Amino acid sequence: MLKLPIYMDNNATTPLDPRVLDAMMPYLTTEFGNAASRSHAFGWKAEEAVQKAREQIASLIGGNEKEIVFTSGATESDNLAIKGVAEFYREKGNHLVTTRTEHKAVLDTCKRLERQGFEVTYLDVDKDGRVSPEQVRNAITDKTILVSIMFANNEIGTVQPIAEIGAVVKERGILFHSDAVQGIGKLPFDVEQMKVDLISISAHKFYGPKGIGALWVRRKPRVRIAPIIDGGGHERGMRSGTLNVPAIVGFGAAAEIAEREMVEEGLRTGKLRQKLQDYLFSHLDHLELNGHPEHRLPGNLNVSFAYVEGEALMMAIKNVAVSSGSACTSASLEPSYVLRACGVSEDLAHTSIRFGIGRFNTEAEVDFVGKYVVDQVNKLRAMSPLYEMAKEGIDLSKIEWAAH
Amino acid sequence: MAYGDKVLDHYENPRNVGTLDKADPNVGTGLVGAPACGDVMRLQVKIGDDGRIEDAKFKTFGCGSAIASSSLVTEWVKGKSVDEALTIKNTQIAQELSLPPVKIHCSVLAEDAIKAAITDWKKKRAAKQQPAEERPAERRAE
Repeated sequence: MLKLPIYMDNNATTPLDPRVLDAMMPYLTTEFGNAASRSHAFGWKAEEAVQKAREQIASLIGGNEKEIVFTSGATESDNLAIKGVAEFYREKGNHLVTTRTEHKAVLDTCKRLERQGFEVTYLDVDKDGRVSPEQVRNAITDKTILVSIMFANNEIGTVQPIAEIGAVVKERGILFHSDAVQGIGKLPFDVEQMKVDLISISAHKFYGPKGIGALWVRRKPRVRIAPIIDGGGHERGMRSGTLNVPAIVGFGAAAEIAEREMVEEGLRTGKLRQKLQDYLFSHLDHLELNGHPEHRLPGNLNVSFAYVEGEALMMAIKNVAVSSGSACTSASLEPSYVLRACGVSEDLAHTSIRFGIGRFNTEAEVDFVGKYVVDQVNKLRAMSPLYEMAKEGIDLSKIEWAAH
Repeated sequence: MAYGDKVLDHYENPRNVGTLDKADPNVGTGLVGAPACGDVMRLQVKIGDDGRIEDAKFKTFGCGSAIASSSLVTEWVKGKSVDEALTIKNTQIAQELSLPPVKIHCSVLAEDAIKAAITDWKKKRAAKQQPAEERPAERRAE
């Protein structure tokens, strides 16, 4: 018997792996020292644990442990990378390059910099959500100081050609930041191969605790950033604030597990994703896959169920936790900007659902979700005037809709 | 977001889902909203010779609150005279369903759907009373 509700929104967050909790527990109880206390055993124990975590995280990405700067999460890491580089290298230039489908932590940071006199080029993506190295090459000017392009997209799962883009950026001697939050721990990522200078990482996207992330900052050649939080000079002055030792320990443990199990887990979640996709597409008409068919996160499936509004569908499948690109709940009523950037019409963007299959999802769950979604889509289509009209052969795009 | 009990009830057990014959001169059809905005309501009313609404059916593309709002108005208009039905205000719908501010537009749409359906029926009736050489364009938004 399945346990309901089923969690299938692993791109939003992932459950804490019990092994991670086991590693954290001592640091939530008896080992409570401040890692910055140099004068007693409590501090030393904490510092030792933090050091181990740095090594575990550095090992996952092929970097050096001295290059890890702990933050409160990837939003802070993105802010620190972009604002930190912009401020530090302001005299070299005022131009940044990014894409339209970045996370808001990158886009809104760039918008703030624009208000401060920086110029930002937002690259268009193709219908699958990818940018090409050529586009990046053409966007770079003499004033460019930073290129920031995400590794994998949080909504549609599309993976960018980071290594190829990195090569282009390096030709011009410019800094390259990647918001690697969604891909790290799911897909192999090596900072040397990818030719990046800064990457943002978040623990809770790969079965670690929330509230902890890191910015990896290259040391050779040395990348400089201006801090955005001043204080006691922790993290080599780049991010002041007492280290969250239990969370850091959990982050490290999650990284170690990911490094060991990532490839096998990717194959398993990729297979489950394919199974769900095949089931849906063979049992329903008028579906669209969003994101790249191959270059995508193994567990991510984003589908538009034409003529069924996304939020209504989420309500109909209330025993399964998923997300929708329909922003009907938000005040703006604007559907997903990521889907819009891929050229998905507003109509279809309103009908999209994101499934995020993760470590703890089972095949039985995927089978259940497939049938459940098909039943509910059929039920909602039976009450959709648009589906009825489409079936009658009426071209919905020819109707003069009264926008409200 | 959490839904109110009445929204959930109408959403899970929608009343009067379906289609009436739009060619029937006694049937008025209102189609409001837009797919790009994420909601489209089609409300149909069948009006008897005494001017009372005998039957009402809806189909809605939209969120749970949009479906609940349309389901609710089909219940409300049944048995009412045309003039009574036209007095239904979106605020009453929003209040009955305890819609949060971001969902008020669903109730506005439902009110618009009633008006559009009755307007359509009135047009048909006017056309019927005129010599039947030309019919006003009733296919707009249909």
